[in-house]
Amino acid sequence: MSKSHPRLLHHFDDPEQQLEASQSGMWLFLVTEIMFFGGMFIGYTVYREAYFEVFAHASNHLSVWLGGINTAVLICSSLSMAMAVHSAHQGQRRKIVFYLLLTMVLGTAFLGIKFTEYYHKYGENLIPGLDFAFKEGNAGQAAIFYSFYFGMTGLHALHMIIGLGLLSFLAVQAARGRFSPLYSTPVEMTGLYWHFVDIVWIFLFPLLYLVGRH
Amino acid sequence: MSEAAMERRLHYLNVSYGVKSWLFTTDHKRIAWLYLLSITFFFFIGGLAATLLRLELLTPQGDLVQAETYNKLFTMHGVMMVFFFLIPSIPAVLGNFLIPMMIGARDLAFPRLNLLSWYLYMSGGLLTIGAAVAGGVDTGWTFYTPYSSIYSNSHVVLTVCGIFINGFSSILTGLNFIVTVHKMRAPGMTWFRLPLFVWSHYATSIIFILGTPVVAIALALVALERIFRLGIFDPALGGDPILFQHLFWFYSHPAVYIMILPGMGVVSEVIACFSRKRIFGYSFVAFASLGIAVLGFLVWGHHMFVSGQSIYAGMIFSLLSMLVAIPSAIKVFNWTATLYKGSISLDAPMLYALGFIGLFTIGGLTGIFLATLAIDIHVHDTYFIVAHFHYIMVGGAVMAYLGGIHFWWPKMTGRLYPEGWARLAAVTIFLGFNLTFFPQFVLGYLGMPRRYHAYPPEFQVLNVMSTAGASILALGYLLPLIYLIWSLRYGRVAGMNPWRATGLEWQTPSPPPTDNFEKTPIVTREPYDYARAEPQSEYAPGEVEHV
Amino acid sequence: MNLGFPLFPDQASTMAPRVDALYFVLIGVSVFFALLISIAIVVFAFRYRRRADNERPPEITGDLRLEILWTVIPLGFTLIMFAWGAILYFDTYSPPPNALEIHVVAKQWMWKAQHPEGRSEIDELHVPLGRPIKLLLTSQDVIHDFFVPAFRIKTDVVPGRYMTVWFEATKAGAFRLFCAEYCGTLHSGMLGRIVVMQPRDYQNWLGGQAGGMTLAAAGARLFQSLGCVACHTEKDSARGPSLAGLFGKQVRLQDGKTNTADENYLRESIINPQAKIVAGYQPIMPTFKGLVGEEGILQIIAYLKSLDRQEGGPARK
Repeated sequence: MSKSHPRLLHHFDDPEQQLEASQSGMWLFLVTEIMFFGGMFIGYTVYREAYFEVFAHASNHLSVWLGGINTAVLICSSLSMAMAVHSAHQGQRRKIVFYLLLTMVLGTAFLGIKFTEYYHKYGENLIPGLDFAFKEGNAGQAAIFYSFYFGMTGLHALHMIIGLGLLSFLAVQAARGRFSPLYSTPVEMTGLYWHFVDIVWIFLFPLLYLVGRH
Repeated sequence: MSEAAMERRLHYLNVSYGVKSWLFTTDHKRIAWLYLLSITFFFFIGGLAATLLRLELLTPQGDLVQAETYNKLFTMHGVMMVFFFLIPSIPAVLGNFLIPMMIGARDLAFPRLNLLSWYLYMSGGLLTIGAAVAGGVDTGWTFYTPYSSIYSNSHVVLTVCGIFINGFSSILTGLNFIVTVHKMRAPGMTWFRLPLFVWSHYATSIIFILGTPVVAIALALVALERIFRLGIFDPALGGDPILFQHLFWFYSHPAVYIMILPGMGVVSEVIACFSRKRIFGYSFVAFASLGIAVLGFLVWGHHMFVSGQSIYAGMIFSLLSMLVAIPSAIKVFNWTATLYKGSISLDAPMLYALGFIGLFTIGGLTGIFLATLAIDIHVHDTYFIVAHFHYIMVGGAVMAYLGGIHFWWPKMTGRLYPEGWARLAAVTIFLGFNLTFFPQFVLGYLGMPRRYHAYPPEFQVLNVMSTAGASILALGYLLPLIYLIWSLRYGRVAGMNPWRATGLEWQTPSPPPTDNFEKTPIVTREPYDYARAEPQSEYAPGEVEHV
Repeated sequence: MNLGFPLFPDQASTMAPRVDALYFVLIGVSVFFALLISIAIVVFAFRYRRRADNERPPEITGDLRLEILWTVIPLGFTLIMFAWGAILYFDTYSPPPNALEIHVVAKQWMWKAQHPEGRSEIDELHVPLGRPIKLLLTSQDVIHDFFVPAFRIKTDVVPGRYMTVWFEATKAGAFRLFCAEYCGTLHSGMLGRIVVMQPRDYQNWLGGQAGGMTLAAAGARLFQSLGCVACHTEKDSARGPSLAGLFGKQVRLQDGKTNTADENYLRESIINPQAKIVAGYQPIMPTFKGLVGEEGILQIIAYLKSLDRQEGGPARK
C-alpha cells in the first residue's frame, strides 16, 4: 500500500487506480472528440456525394504537396511524442524535454505550413465570406466545400494549438524533474491526445485534398 | 441527535467557511449545492417566461406582448428549461452528491473536472441570459435553418455560444460519472449490486458523451453560417436546411432520454424504500436503462416525418420509435409490481414517485401516438406535441427531481422538511400540472399550432383552462422553495437514516463528512435488501483504510 | 354535446375518418393501460399500506413470465399501430393519378396559390368538392408548413425544393389553414382559408378573375421573354436539349448518371444549370436565379408539362 506516494490524490486508494482512472477518462474524452469531428465529417460527406464534380474541382486548388508534407510532419511528431512518453516511463529527464520540444517544433511547423496554405487561399479568393470567387463551377457549392475545408482544418488546428500549450506546460514540468517511472501520467495522457489529433489529420488529408485525383 | 451535537461534529458543510471555500471546492457534495442553487435560478427564469406566455394565451388576440417579444419568450423558455434546467438537474445535483456515496467512494474520479463543469455551466448560462438582456433570440430552442442562420435578426450567435459552452459541462460530467462507476466502486460493490440510480446515471452518461458533441457542431455551424454567410444551410447557395435538422435531432432526441433516465433512477430508489421491498425485476430495469440509451440514438427522424425525408426513412424511424417505448413500459410495470405486497408509506417522495409513474405513462403512451406516422402528420407542431413532452418533462422529470430532493434532503442537510406541507405541495403540483397540460392534447388534435402568439377564438376556453392550471402549478413550485429554505434552520434534525433505507449513502452521518465514510465500506449484500436488513445496525462499514 | 367550443376537429376529407379511426383505437388502448397502471397503484397503495413500523414484506425479486408478458404485449400493440399508421402514411403520400394540381408558394407571412387555369389567390385556396387535389409547394424564404386540420394533412414547405401533399375534400365550406413551422415574427398570423365549393360553383369561380391566363400559357410567355427558346429550339443543331415531352422522362447526364425530369430537376436546371449537364451538350446555359421568381418557375414547369400532353401521349407521373 503506497500511502506515501507523492502524487496520489486523496480520493484514490492506490496509484494504479488513479492511473487507470486517468487513462479511462482520456479515452472517453477522445470518443467525444470523435463525435465532435464526426458531425462535420457527416456534413461534408453528404455534400460531397451531392456535388462531387464541383468538390473535385475545388479540392484540386489545394496543394497536395503542402498537405502531404504536413502529413509527414505530423506523423513524425507522433513518433517524437511516443519517444517522450517512453522517456518519461524511463525517467530520463533530458530526453523527455528533448522529445517534447521536438514534438512542439514539428507541431509548430505543421501550423506554419497550414497557415501558409490559408494565406494562399486568401490570395486566390477562396475563403467563403471574404470576396469568394470560383470559376470552374457552381460558386455556392464550391463555397460549401471551402466552408468545410476551413471548418474542419480550423478545428483541427485549434486542437493542435491547445496541444502545443499542453506540451509547453509538460516541458516545463519535465525540466523540473516531475516525471519518473512512478509517475508519468500527464505525459501519457497528452500523448494519447496528440496521437488522436494526428489520426484526425490522417482522415482529413485524403478526404479534403485527394478528391477525384487518380 | 441534537442540533448541538450535529453542529459540533465536523461534516462537509461546516468543515470550512467562506465564499472561496465554496467557489474553489472540489468536494462533489458542495459542487452539487452550487448546481442546486444555480439550477433553481435558471428554472425560475424559464418559469417566468412561461408565466408570460400563458398569460398572453388567455385571450385569442396577441395583446399582452408584441409578436416578436412572444417569440423571444418561448425561445428563452425552451432554451433555459432544456439546456440549463432539465439536462443538468438530477445528474448535476443528485448524481454529483450521491454517486460517490452510493458506490462507497470518497469522491468522483475527477473532482477538479467536476468543478470546471460547474463553471462551464455558469458561463454558458450567464452568456445566454446576457443574450436575452441584449435583446433576446427568436428562433425557438430548435434553431431551424434557414431562419436561424440567415433571416432572424436576433442574438443567435451569442445564445448558441452559451449553449455550446454548457455542452462541455455535460460532456465532462458524463465522462466523470462513467470513469467513477468503472473504477471507484468499493470492495464487494459488483455491477449487479449497484443501486438502479447509478445504472440510470451510467446510461445517461453514455448519451452525454456521444450525443452532446454533435449538437455542439450543429450549433457551431449555424453560428459560422451567420457570421461568414457560408451557405451550408442556404438553399440559394446549394446548401440543405434539412441537414441541420438531422444534426440537431441526432443529439436532441437522445437528450430527452438524458432528461428522463436520471428521474427513473430516483423513482426506483424511492419506490423501493417506501414499499420496503427490492425493485421487482432489478436486472430488467437496469438493462432497460441501457436499452433506452442505445435505442434512443436510432430514432431522431421521428421529429422529421413531414420535413421532407423519404417516406421509407419515415417508416424505419417509426418502427424504431415503437421499439424504444418498450423498455420504458417494462420499467413502469416493474415499479408497479414492486408495490405488490409491500409495506407502503405515502411520504412526500413516494407521492412524487407514484405521480411520476402515472404521468410518465400518459406521456409515454402519447409518444406511441406520435410514433404512429399518420397521426403524427396531423399533430406535428401542434399543442399535442407540447402536451406530450411536458407530461414527460414536467410530469415526469421535474416531479422525479422534486421527489429526489425531498428524499435525500435529510442526507444533504441533516434536517427533515415539514411532511404536511410537502405532501400538500406534491398534490398541488400534480393537480395543477394535469389542468395545465391535459387540455393541450385536445387543443393539439383540434389543430392549434405551437409557437402561436394569437389564435382563433374557438381555442380560447381550453387555453384559459391551461393557464388556470399553470397558476396552480406555480403555487405548487413556490411551496417547496419556501419550506425547504425554512427547514435549513427550523427543520427537525434528521439522523443517519430517517427513512430506514438501504444503500451506502444512508450508512454515514447526515450531513456526511467530507470524505463520505470514516472507513471504506465493504459490500456484502444485494441492493434493496429490505427483507433482511435492519439498516441501522447490520450495515457496518468495513475494515479497509483509505490512503 | 354543444359546449360552445369544439373538442374535436371537422372531418372534411377522405383521409380524416381513417386517421380518426386509428386515433380512437390508440386512445382506447392508452386509456386501458393508463387505467390499469393507475388503478393498480391506487389499489396496492391502499391494500398494502404500512400498518406497523417493523413490517417486513416478502422478498419478491421478479418473475420472468411476467417480464415476457409485459414485453411481448406492448410490442405487439405498438407493431400493429406502426403497420396501420405506415399504411395510412403511404396513402397520404400517394396522390391519385388524375389529381388536380395546384401550386402553392409560401413566404413570410402569406400563402400564394396558383390554379392551372390561371386564377391566383392569396391566403385562400378554392377547391372543388369530391375531387383529388394535389398541391405542389415551395417556399421563397424560410421553412413553413401547410397544415389543414380538417383534412388531417400537413407538410413542411421548404425553400429550394418542392413538396407535395394531396387531399380530397368531402364537405363544402371554409376550413382553416395554418402555418405550422415557426417562421418568424408573424408566424401566428400566417393563416388562410381553404374554400371547398361544389364543382359547378368552382368552375364559375375559376372564370372570375379578369384577364387570367392559364399557368401553362403564362409559362409559355416566360419561355419566350426570358430567351429560353433561343437554345431550346427543338432543332437538331440546338444548343440546348429538347424539352418537348421531357417531363417525367429519364435524362442521361454527362457523368453517366441518369435523372428523372421531375419538378425539382426542372427547377434546379433553371436556377443552377451547371449542376447536371445533359450528355452531349455544352455547359453554357446561364443561370436564371434572380431573373425569375418561384411563381414564374412554377408557370414554366406547368408549360413544360403541357408540352408532354401536346405530344399526344398521357402526361407521365
